[in-house]
Amino acid sequence: MTTQSGLSLTQAPPLSVPLRFFLTAPLFGILAAVVFIGSGPDTLLSRWTAATLAATHLMTLGYASLVMVGAISQMLPVLVGAPMPRPLLVSTIIHILLTLGTLMLAGGLLLDNNEAIQIAMLLLGSGFLLFITVSIFCLTRAKAHNSTVSGMWLAVGSLLVAVALGLRLAAEHIGYFDTVLSKSWTDVHLAWSLVGWMGILVIGVAYEVVPMFQMTPRYPQWMQRWLTKLILAGLVLWACISLLPIVNPATQALLMGALSSALATSLALFAGTTLYLQRRRRRRLKDVTLQFWHLAMYSLLACALLWIAGQLWPALANWQKFGYLLGTLFIAGFVVSVINGMLYKIVPFLVWLHLQSQNSARIKLPNMKEIILNRWAQRQFYLHGLSLLLFLCTVFKPIWFLYPLAILFAFSSLLLFLNIYSALRVYKKVRVHQENCA
Amino acid sequence: MEKISGAFSSDHVRCDELFFRSEEHVQRHEWWRAKEMLTRFIDEMNGHFLKEENILFPALEKHTANAAGPTQVMRLEHDDMRQLMKDMQDDIETQDADHFLGSSETLLIMMRQHNTKEENILYPMADNVLAGDQGEILARIHEHEEKRGMSRWNKNEC
Repeated sequence: MTTQSGLSLTQAPPLSVPLRFFLTAPLFGILAAVVFIGSGPDTLLSRWTAATLAATHLMTLGYASLVMVGAISQMLPVLVGAPMPRPLLVSTIIHILLTLGTLMLAGGLLLDNNEAIQIAMLLLGSGFLLFITVSIFCLTRAKAHNSTVSGMWLAVGSLLVAVALGLRLAAEHIGYFDTVLSKSWTDVHLAWSLVGWMGILVIGVAYEVVPMFQMTPRYPQWMQRWLTKLILAGLVLWACISLLPIVNPATQALLMGALSSALATSLALFAGTTLYLQRRRRRRLKDVTLQFWHLAMYSLLACALLWIAGQLWPALANWQKFGYLLGTLFIAGFVVSVINGMLYKIVPFLVWLHLQSQNSARIKLPNMKEIILNRWAQRQFYLHGLSLLLFLCTVFKPIWFLYPLAILFAFSSLLLFLNIYSALRVYKKVRVHQENCA
Repeated sequence: MEKISGAFSSDHVRCDELFFRSEEHVQRHEWWRAKEMLTRFIDEMNGHFLKEENILFPALEKHTANAAGPTQVMRLEHDDMRQLMKDMQDDIETQDADHFLGSSETLLIMMRQHNTKEENILYPMADNVLAGDQGEILARIHEHEEKRGMSRWNKNEC
């Protein structure tokens, strides 16, 4: 909050703006679990099957991106000092477009239905385009200029590239183009979605929320200043070398290995720094958000090291399950864990803040741990941790672990949904009480 | 040279430390020590609030001719924080650790938000707007601190 107008709570959007995204997201986790079960142990571990593509997009678009879009709608006014115009209307449109688009895409991929994929392209394309346009509109008006704002710029820019590539690949999937793009295009789409959009956003937001919520020292200045920019520069270079025939194949392979290892090192550096800062936190209390962050940072570290190992030992990189393992560590281990952890801080606080700002009757408000009960958040953490473990075990014995994994992950997602929903119920109950007393 | 912002920002750090310690004692069910730490914390907080409400805010309001602006928001937030501190005192009396830690979590985020706003916006604004009266305001702050016997809570003791 670095603006004078930031002193007023009136800038925060209505509670329903972020909450609609947060409530829908875990439901996509359940859907992904259903796809795991339906597809069976053999298909899931390969990268190119329809079921894998559908499950991956349910997780990345439905679960992760929805929460991230909701969080940005909340952060633009509060952290950046640039409120979204007509927040209720805009977020309703974006939410509907992205939710339906993701369902259509997953359904279209699973049923091999080109019409559904076409509709999905239209819905997702316009939903993301609206979100990106509104975000850029707000960011150009940002009153605060810090590492979080620049992180958001780069993340939203990466999202634009990721969506454009995604649309192009989807068009090819339904046979719109005669020429077939090489698999490198999919890799570039993947890198810009995961590392660019999700990775950079988490890093940029961490600069603000890790010290604020966990009472750690601040991230080093040079890191705040350069890390996200270096990652983006790395992505641009890597994409150019991978897609354009500027060097001979041998040099190309060498350069791509080196560049991607540098990118992985940057991510590992962020994870290591975060873990180091969290060890030096001033508040020593046990905290479920912190546990989720630890899980996320160790997963990111493992994912980065695994990638680098794959560059050094090609046999590992050629292993059929290498991609599954990386994807699991990045998406379920890193992104989903961070998201869950942050939701347990953000949702109770937002509910409390909105109740407090409407508390002219001065009634006694529930505190944050009465809004979402700590023991249920804790139970969800164990469920999530256990399902992550099974995700990894599935590599070795898919037939044993896939079904327990899917069931546990579905329960974990359901419990997250119920925990967020319980916060909404507390909110509604207290609001009724407030209005009766007013 | 001492600035107005410096005189207030250092309070925030000191209050944080006392707050974390009281939470740790509650978690370990060391009620007597928790109570002692919480009492010191609340005493510090009240001293800080009163300095702002009686010295800084009126001075700012006089200069900006706006009593309904940012300082009013800060006053309301002080009231909310006082209520949460009262809840925490009650929880220590009834030895309800869970409820205490819920209230303290809420107060903590409230304090972080509130402090960030003060440190990034309000105090720099005070340094700017009140530059002419700086000497007088600092003298009044020190006088206030001495009256409350705040000097015994120096940094070494925390």
